[in-house]
Amino acid sequence: MIILQALVNGIVSGTLLAVPAIGFTAMFAVLRFPNFSVSGVATLGAFAGYLAYGAGLQMAGSLAAAFAVAGVAGLAFDKVAHLPLIKQGALPAAIASIATGLILENFVRLGFGNEPRGYDRPIARDVFIGEIRVSPQQLETMGLALLLMLLVFAALAFTRIGKAMRASADNPELAALKGIRPERIATLASFVGMGLVGVGGMLLGLDSSIDPLTGTRILLSLFAAAVLGGLGSVPGAVLGAFLIGMAEELSVLVVGSQYRAAVGFIAILLVLTLRPRGLLGERAY
Amino acid sequence: MLSYLLFIATIGGIYGLLALSLNLIWGGVGMVNLGLAGFFAVGAYASALLTTVGHAPIAAGWLMALVAGGFAGLVVTLSTTRLREDYLAIVTLGFAEAVRLVASNEIWLTRGTDGISGIPGPWKRALGPDFNGVYFLIVLLAVLVVFFVMRRIDRSPYGRVLRAIREDAQVAQVAGKPVLRFKTEAFVLSAAIAGLAGALYGHFTSYIAPDMFLPLITVYIFLAVASGGTGRPAGALVGAYMVMTLLESSRFFVEWIPGVTAVQRASLKELLIAVALIVVLRLKPSGVLPERVPPAPRPS
Repeated sequence: MIILQALVNGIVSGTLLAVPAIGFTAMFAVLRFPNFSVSGVATLGAFAGYLAYGAGLQMAGSLAAAFAVAGVAGLAFDKVAHLPLIKQGALPAAIASIATGLILENFVRLGFGNEPRGYDRPIARDVFIGEIRVSPQQLETMGLALLLMLLVFAALAFTRIGKAMRASADNPELAALKGIRPERIATLASFVGMGLVGVGGMLLGLDSSIDPLTGTRILLSLFAAAVLGGLGSVPGAVLGAFLIGMAEELSVLVVGSQYRAAVGFIAILLVLTLRPRGLLGERAY
Repeated sequence: MLSYLLFIATIGGIYGLLALSLNLIWGGVGMVNLGLAGFFAVGAYASALLTTVGHAPIAAGWLMALVAGGFAGLVVTLSTTRLREDYLAIVTLGFAEAVRLVASNEIWLTRGTDGISGIPGPWKRALGPDFNGVYFLIVLLAVLVVFFVMRRIDRSPYGRVLRAIREDAQVAQVAGKPVLRFKTEAFVLSAAIAGLAGALYGHFTSYIAPDMFLPLITVYIFLAVASGGTGRPAGALVGAYMVMTLLESSRFFVEWIPGVTAVQRASLKELLIAVALIVVLRLKPSGVLPERVPPAPRPS
């Protein structure tokens, strides 16, 4: 029973983790460098959502605010700091993204200090399904996360721009020949990807509290989800997020809660040793 | 004032070691190590534990730091050298986080967030106030030894192979060079030097805690290597002292701004460093001492 409860908790946290993981992996697929500023962007999104929620917006509206602020900030940093460096290779861009993540983290710290803050959501009694306990808030955030993912998948599958994005990720030269403008795809990928990361920061902060290091704390799980699913694969990131979420919750039963985050790192090492392209990715060399 | 300058010079020298370590792989082979702070921590903890809990002599601790750092480097590279370069970036970044996690939670070993205090310094009691001066000379000696080893590598056939791998690993492979072995060796050596730097740091401050090994250190060192000159050992050293100067002058600068709290001052300082790194990468990626590739000797 305790294992079943852990699995349910894992599915909940996996759903929330899937949102920023999609953002990270989609940006990687299109822009071709690992954008480490996701830690700072997730924090920024969490605080933007916090301010919007405090100003009286509903949950959906606050998530939209988190999306917009994180998307704009992420896009701006991509244009100013990361993408101009990509000519020199993926690594200089990745290094610069560590610095921009730090800028965002400290920008938030400058305004809010280090004290943790909570979203002040109404308290509701947990519901029991059999002996499995879930809180109504968990169900609400999980539902919103699922809705958002559905939107992303629908956009990628059915809209013109979504198809163009997939084409460009698949083969940029061929896509450009077909008249797809790579800068536009890059702009869209930055904005939507970072928006999702910002929403993810807020979703993962809703249940506990947020502080300037909120984004840094989810970094390992986020990378693990993306690498396990296959870097650059959007469905892979979702699958990876669920698996990492469940593995983390199960690990709590075995080694205690303080090593939750280590699960991600071990998963990354194992995946890269045994199957570097991940579950649904293409190639890794 | 003198003791302050000695303190700055010593910490600068330790950063210089880290910069030399990073320069070997980033400037040399074109591999990245975003978890430099993690290897720094591994060395610091290895030496601190061996000398405090194990009561071993300090020299044994430093040797242990080299070995522990190198071993950690081996573990990290084993799974990633075959892969594209961005995977190493993710793994090393994750490694540093994992090290901090272990250091904060294995309280029986590392005393958790309380940190380890009372790390012995060499001849500290006998030297008294002269300790800082002597320790600076020890660090200077370590820096010089590593510097000359690096310069030797740089000018040797070995260094030429590393640069060939950096420029095009496939071509190097075709030329019959065991690329994986070169990459692993370079990374292990680099991680060992970072470990040594960590040990020198711990025995100087006599106290270490997980909070001292934040990713910020990695950013300092990238700034040092990028501003000094990627691919040139002398550039790495110059860069380390430039970063140290920037850090100390920014401290005076933020103290001069009225009406900010201590937390805000610290975050302003971090902001400044991060912005500096981006500016250097964008405007002057070759640094103040650009790389000089010595011509290969002609066969006679």
